[in-house]
Amino acid sequence: MNKPSINELKQQANESRKLILKMLYEAGNGHPGGSLSAIDIITALFFHEMNVDPKNPLKEGRDRFVLSKGHGVPALYATLAHRGYFKPEETLTLRKLGSVFQGHPDRVRLPIVEASTGSLGQGISVAQGLAMAGRINNDNSRVYCLMGDGETQEGQVWECLMSAGNYKLSNLCVFLDSNKYQIDGKVSEVMDLEPLVQKIESFKWNVIHIDGHKMDQIIAALDKARNVTDKPTMIVADTIKGKGVSFMESVNKWHGVSPTKEELDKALQELDQNQSNQAVN
Amino acid sequence: MGQATRNSFGDAVAKLGEEFKEIIVLDADLSKSTKSESFSKKFPERFFQMGIQEANMIGVAAGLAFAGKIPFLCSFGAFLTGRFDTIRVTVGYADANVRLVGTHSGIGIGEDGYSQMALEDLACMRTLPNMAVLQPADDIEAKAMMRYLIDHKGPAYIRLTRQNVIDVHKSDYKFQFGKGDEILAGTDAVVFATGGLTGNTFEAIQKLKSEGLSIGLVNFHSIKPLDKECIVKWSQKVKHIITAEDHNILGGLGGAVAEVLAEQGAGAKLYRIGVRDTYGESGTPEALYEKHGLDVTGIARTLKSVVKN
Repeated sequence: MNKPSINELKQQANESRKLILKMLYEAGNGHPGGSLSAIDIITALFFHEMNVDPKNPLKEGRDRFVLSKGHGVPALYATLAHRGYFKPEETLTLRKLGSVFQGHPDRVRLPIVEASTGSLGQGISVAQGLAMAGRINNDNSRVYCLMGDGETQEGQVWECLMSAGNYKLSNLCVFLDSNKYQIDGKVSEVMDLEPLVQKIESFKWNVIHIDGHKMDQIIAALDKARNVTDKPTMIVADTIKGKGVSFMESVNKWHGVSPTKEELDKALQELDQNQSNQAVN
Repeated sequence: MGQATRNSFGDAVAKLGEEFKEIIVLDADLSKSTKSESFSKKFPERFFQMGIQEANMIGVAAGLAFAGKIPFLCSFGAFLTGRFDTIRVTVGYADANVRLVGTHSGIGIGEDGYSQMALEDLACMRTLPNMAVLQPADDIEAKAMMRYLIDHKGPAYIRLTRQNVIDVHKSDYKFQFGKGDEILAGTDAVVFATGGLTGNTFEAIQKLKSEGLSIGLVNFHSIKPLDKECIVKWSQKVKHIITAEDHNILGGLGGAVAEVLAEQGAGAKLYRIGVRDTYGESGTPEALYEKHGLDVTGIARTLKSVVKN
């Protein structure tokens, strides 16, 4: 695959935004806010960064991605579909009985998701284990993980930050999708994480702070992470919950509610408009 | 008296590490107690000291398993059970090829008291649909089980003792996963025992022979999958079935056998020897076993009273 341009990556992310919303509409429930905040990052990983092959999804030595914030999985399904792992329309069975597209990632039904997550704070440890295996195998593979800011309140996350820092796992790169909200309200009010960057740095991580919706910043951060040899990297990405759909942006009721038909149509119209504006730019 | 099954694990994993290069051992600051230390000295590149972080250790082991390794993670059974949600989602639900090695099972650990005693681990682990739940009776069986676990697919929990146990197997013993291991025939009653209590029960039954009692003994090294056929077969042969385990009588081997007997409508009556729905406490292992009736004398006393009633 030729590497897409920044503009093509943006278009791709927008295309996935539309599929996320269609999936959630069909399912009748699910998590739009955190899927839309994460989609630019996941798009950059699968379309630009990672050494993966949809024709041979479980090939040895591949780069791996673990979605620790499992409720954002519509973003992962949409990305995998557009990358060629399965047909986009298949994902419209999301959350339906018998579907491999479970409400949270399930590696038994769909092995390419790499880990079963959804109980927060656990996926990052699996990513550490995968990175340690890559170390033993000396195969140059890299492991990526995406977690939520609310998720960072879990104790297991800090166990893992301490451990991966001490093991100097430079083949591990974690995104923190900092969309500032969790179910019960603002992260800063429910259980404040600040000063987050300093905290993580003090656990012996290389920390990069970016705008998680600026494709060029995501790609520049990934380049920097690849060149660090003695520390794991945490990319703290400031994001907007519900990004791309104006009536969802930073409106926390969209954490775990799916759109009605009218809301879906309105959102798709806006995303189409965004896409044609981008194409002009 | 044979050696503690934690020592058998330590010996076996260090030996198996020579042949099987995919074996990885992880420990959370208890390698001297879980006996993973010998592996750590022999294969430092395949041993990970994880610090006092059981939950992260469990997740890391799953990641290693997903990449094709065979991880054995070690801690006290109580501390592993304490991270049950990480086990259920990251290991169980994900069908990770992880071996959870829980040592210091039961009140047999003695003086450290309840917080260090695994007394609910069998009950918790066996609710996970794909989790193999194993408990060896002695040194020979523990080593045979370790060899078996190299080839087993899916997650497994292996429960080991801190204290020495009575040997009941000979060197030609063949371990059969999921099968009851019939040690003694009997016509008055049968004991289904697991772990270190198998040896204590063996001696108790020998004592009662001179009093004219004929009691069978089956060693249930596999709590899951459970040999239901064996349970049903015995329920048709004897009037009394007794289970024996150093675990709460709720949910462990006793609970599992009760479920099978009730669903079968079997005629045999069940009595469960174990920790009778109470917390553990400090004391010497001997004093605790005497108090709970898990020593040879106590088991013989219970068997006699059950069979004679």
